[in-house]
Amino acid sequence: MSDVGRTRAGPRAGPRAATSAATSAVASVAASAVTSAVASVAASAVAAAVAEAHRNEWAFVLAATVHVAGDVDTAEEAVQDAYASALATWGARGIPDRPGAWLTVAARRRALDIRRRAATAARALPKLVEPDDAALGMPGLEDDAIDGIRDDRLRLIFTCCHPALALDAQVALTLRLLCGLSTAEVARAFLVPEPTMAARITRAKKKIQGAHIPYREPPVSELPERIDGVLSVVYLIYTTGHTAPSGANLMRRDLAERGHELARMLRTLLPENRDVAGLLALVLLTDARRNARLDGERELVLLADQDRSVWDRAAIDEGIALVRESLRVRRPGGGQSRFALMAAIAAVHDEAASWNETDWGEILGLYDMLIDIWTSPVVRLNRAIALGFARGFAVGLAELDELGADPQLARYPYLAAARADFLVRLGRRADARIAYEEALVLTDNETERAFLQARLDASSIEPR
Amino acid sequence: MSQYLILIFEDDNMVQYAGTDGVSAGYQEFMQRHQAALRGGIALEPASMATSIRPDGSGGFSVTDGPFGESKEAVGGYFVVEAADLDEALQIAKEIPGTTGVEVRPVRIAG
Repeated sequence: MSDVGRTRAGPRAGPRAATSAATSAVASVAASAVTSAVASVAASAVAAAVAEAHRNEWAFVLAATVHVAGDVDTAEEAVQDAYASALATWGARGIPDRPGAWLTVAARRRALDIRRRAATAARALPKLVEPDDAALGMPGLEDDAIDGIRDDRLRLIFTCCHPALALDAQVALTLRLLCGLSTAEVARAFLVPEPTMAARITRAKKKIQGAHIPYREPPVSELPERIDGVLSVVYLIYTTGHTAPSGANLMRRDLAERGHELARMLRTLLPENRDVAGLLALVLLTDARRNARLDGERELVLLADQDRSVWDRAAIDEGIALVRESLRVRRPGGGQSRFALMAAIAAVHDEAASWNETDWGEILGLYDMLIDIWTSPVVRLNRAIALGFARGFAVGLAELDELGADPQLARYPYLAAARADFLVRLGRRADARIAYEEALVLTDNETERAFLQARLDASSIEPR
Repeated sequence: MSQYLILIFEDDNMVQYAGTDGVSAGYQEFMQRHQAALRGGIALEPASMATSIRPDGSGGFSVTDGPFGESKEAVGGYFVVEAADLDEALQIAKEIPGTTGVEVRPVRIAG
């Protein structure tokens, strides 16, 4: 009982927690607790503290509970119970100094209870996984107890992002287990019905158990490949939030924020890794422009037309420092990190005082390096655009036309949109209109459609 | 420890009737290296020599020439391995020489 009696003066981190998107069951319980008036700590402060702990500590608490629980499902149940009990206990006894430690100890105790109950209920059944009691230690609720608890978040994320799972399942598990999103929230984020998402998550968890996907960090020999897989999942989460593939909002901010937080968590857990530094840099340097991407009418604003004064300079500075760090030393396998190269390209844009001052030669050089290690059709498209700005739009257009022959790009709306833009710049308005119409047919995001329609309308007006 | 079946796929056009030829040097070397994990394995004659049987729905059977599923890749053999977890099984599977690809499946009940 050394820490639970201590209380904090006043509400802690209220605004941040209140604006967080922790809309899970726990957060809604937290909201209802605001109305209960008998707590010794202000209920609103408790609710805010629990919501903040949900946002910041979920992955740590769950990862540390898996070893005690023996499987992911039991661990999830125990962690949910721990957050629920935090609402009552913190109200009565005060918010602990280290909420993550308190929650971890509570969740591990709860996991043990659930296991014992299950053992009594089904004594005859053999255990599927032998839970690790040695990892438990069963300390009291002292602050010191946490110091003996290993940070298992890397194990958890490597398990969620195991290549034996389908990519959409990796993404869903990462959001569910690392970010603590509910199945309904994950379903909403990816615009699939909740039962579909529930089935996807259940199937993935069954494969983890049935195929014995290990709960551990991969051996050094497999590390670069496995880290690349994890980074791809985190980047996919970020970009899905940054530019939603369809729907009315250009950005799904909460998802982009989760991607950002995951990138930062990986940086904390793998501070020496160049690829991780590259990914965090890329997210920072892209996200720095978020406030300039939509105008007052929620219309898409192209990089060329953005108000650069509202870009987040602190994020840009941090991102550039990370790019430098990431590119300074070559990776053990040779070659640069693709995330660091993409980040370096974003950095060139972020450092330009205006669109006209963009160093396209530098950007083209970086795309040439990127294409050497990653020949994705989208990278080739972006390189062709850079080529147009660096060497002339006719040169760029010829390259774009060549890419149109690639079946992977033939139905890619950004290719048609890029062709249309170059055609306008070359004065070929009739051809440009056809290209804009093609792009419109291929685009589902409504903000992007409005933008393309406006461009099409503008190109229909004859120049003076 | 768990058991995994590693199904070995080969491009069926490339597989010739091997007759009584022995195990290739590549496979001998592989089997030597993973002696401790291997619990069994066989190599098959080409899929063109397969016969498939399906219940015909009225108590009888429909017997057809050829493999069960038509595809360019056909099962050419298998190994059963004992491994600590999926990663270990995948590592062994990656070292099997001369395949079009392999499928690794956890064994539920071993005979």
